[in-house]
Amino acid sequence: MSTPKELRYSEEHEWVKTEGDKVRIGITHFAQSELGDIVFVELPSVGDEITADEPFGSVESVKTVSELYAPVSGKVVEVNEELDDNPEFVNESPYEKAWMVVVELSDSAQLDNLMTAEQYDEMTQED
Amino acid sequence: MGELKRTPLFELYQLHGAKTIDFGGWELPVQFSSIKEEHEAVRTRAGLFDVSHMGEIVVKGKESLSFLQKVMTNDLSKLQPNQAIYTIMCNEKGGSVDDLLVYMLAEQDYLLVVNAANTDKDFAWLKEHQTENVHIENVSTDWAQLAIQGPAAEEILQKLVEDVNLSEIKPFKFRQHVQMNGAAALVSRTGYTGEDGFEIYSRSEEAPKLWKDLLEAGKEEGLLPCGLGARDTLRFEANLALYGQELAEDISPIEAGLGFAVKLNKGEFIGSEVLKEQKEHGPQRKLIGLEMIDRGIPRHGYPVFSGEELVGHITTGTQSPTLKKNIGLALVKAEWAVPDQELSVEIRGKKLVAKTVKPPFYKRSK
Repeated sequence: MSTPKELRYSEEHEWVKTEGDKVRIGITHFAQSELGDIVFVELPSVGDEITADEPFGSVESVKTVSELYAPVSGKVVEVNEELDDNPEFVNESPYEKAWMVVVELSDSAQLDNLMTAEQYDEMTQED
Repeated sequence: MGELKRTPLFELYQLHGAKTIDFGGWELPVQFSSIKEEHEAVRTRAGLFDVSHMGEIVVKGKESLSFLQKVMTNDLSKLQPNQAIYTIMCNEKGGSVDDLLVYMLAEQDYLLVVNAANTDKDFAWLKEHQTENVHIENVSTDWAQLAIQGPAAEEILQKLVEDVNLSEIKPFKFRQHVQMNGAAALVSRTGYTGEDGFEIYSRSEEAPKLWKDLLEAGKEEGLLPCGLGARDTLRFEANLALYGQELAEDISPIEAGLGFAVKLNKGEFIGSEVLKEQKEHGPQRKLIGLEMIDRGIPRHGYPVFSGEELVGHITTGTQSPTLKKNIGLALVKAEWAVPDQELSVEIRGKKLVAKTVKPPFYKRSK
């Protein structure tokens, strides 16, 4: 799967899609393929504040628990509750159906710290 | 840290897209396709595992039986040649040095199949307690082990075996020197998945061809190469102990619910006094199953509470691929180790409600 060009990426394998003054966040194809079958997704609630580089939730595969690290800071305004019953969306459709949260940015300058698709591909190929 | 050890099949993993991990110093496949798919293949068709990392120790000599009776909890005196038995090896405190299979190859000639990470420890333990007229040898590197498991296992394996009717090999029985496309193997009706199946011990150099031949033979039946991930979820659903989780130096087989493999009437053995006390008066802690009621997955090491009181910990937990439920095994104070109790598991700072259930979580229909 090719890495979508219109998104931005964090070193912790989250993708970020800018939608006005908000961003939509999920995990990358690379991340889901490393994790294997996702069976559980734990996300914050609407209204929660998340902080860049701090955990804001977790995804669990059959074998392991991995924390989700916030790529930016802000207030959660939407949560993808469909992932409660369909955690496999993370494997099947990491960039579409498996978006996780929408966040109102507290500092849009944080977006500049994120990688482009090319930079992200370069990073994951080094691993 | 030193180099990771590899089995004779390592080169073949990559052909099937394996993801490898460090498992007790071994570089082994955790999965080939997906843990869920592999798990389902074993429950409904068949799966092939490379378990060549397992340790093999030969014990032979005139006094081998009396020696083994002294270090093992199960009663080996009734064992016949070509028969295997599951047993624990305990320390003086009744804790578990390892759990293992003992294969009786012939009179005064036994093969011990032990957990990979414990091989050196077990060998040292056996040597330390060695008596006269017993010869002990670690032959782990000479042997490879494949496991073919699942309802179609017999049918697939039979395609490679001409001189033995596999249906005649009953559970915990085995045959030696079985010819399989030129290789000679020990074929045993045993496994670690809760399904019917076989474990195949061959010379290391013969294993790669055997692996390829089996995968080819099982194409039609949907045989999948399987990794340690599926092996773990399969054995967990069937309530088969994993050393380091359900069993340890400070966990006795009685606490782990393995009393069936502890035979106190066979005479004294290492740990028997403590085990006798536990069997008669009940152990202070016991293993029980937990099914989550709140949303959350219990994992190894998570604390278990009754109200505010810490009563134990999770030994293994995951989302069961067969049952799609979040379940765990927990070692808890004995009073809580009964079905239908409400306990909680602390998951990332939150106490989540679970109820106790009697394991196993899965039992195959015969």
